[in-house]
Amino acid sequence: MILGDAIKLIDGVYFCGGEKASLEIRSACGADLMSDVMAFVKDEVVLLTGLVNTQVIRTAELLDIRVVVFVRGKHPGADMVDMANDLGIVLAGTRLPMFLACGRLYEGGLREGGTRPI
Amino acid sequence: MKYRYEVSGDDFSLAGRASSEIKKILRSLGASSAVIKRVAVVMYEAEINMVIHAGGGVAEVEIGEDSISMVMRDEGPGIPNLDLAMTEGWSTAPEWVRELGFGAGMGLSNMKRNADKLTIESVVGKGTTVRMRVDFPAAGFGA
Repeated sequence: MILGDAIKLIDGVYFCGGEKASLEIRSACGADLMSDVMAFVKDEVVLLTGLVNTQVIRTAELLDIRVVVFVRGKHPGADMVDMANDLGIVLAGTRLPMFLACGRLYEGGLREGGTRPI
Repeated sequence: MKYRYEVSGDDFSLAGRASSEIKKILRSLGASSAVIKRVAVVMYEAEINMVIHAGGGVAEVEIGEDSISMVMRDEGPGIPNLDLAMTEGWSTAPEWVRELGFGAGMGLSNMKRNADKLTIESVVGKGTTVRMRVDFPAAGFGA
């Protein structure tokens, strides 16, 4: 699935990196705990989260997560957008809650989970 | 090659900058993404712990021929029970830390999972030194 299609599926908007809409994405995970992201997430997933602080961007950077989607209508601050722009990370958002956002992506064909076996 | 970073304990938003720098250095040296990820995870977790529990500290990193060593030293309150601290899910982090997405008790076990060697020396009231080593694959740095 390409990123642009995924963002349409969740009625999403871009906060930065919208020019990368043709990026191929293969797996996703939803998490509000960055500790869990550090522990379980595989490389190059789309991260859906309701957490909004700069450590989300730092975690994405360190784990090679190229796309972060904020759920429940959360907006990243200008400092987060600047940081993500510098690091080449796409930030997007949706008003959907986590469960529905993940469900729409799954139903749309993004079936691979973004975590290692637990 | 040796590197030294002061890890500030005053601003949580700055936590992880040393890990980010080391990641960039490893990438510029041609390290594989598997090695880079393991180093990034162990060092970032250690940095976060320093900021949450110890008010910051110092990170010393040495990149050698066949491994990278990280020594994270703080003068915080120390860890009274190391066995308990290593238990996945056990945490003494305050609520504000959990609200920021950390403090779920995954840090030390995550460091143990990703490091080839991890030793922790801690003296209550004096501080903690965490030593971690990540070995490069026998096939080479970039394998």
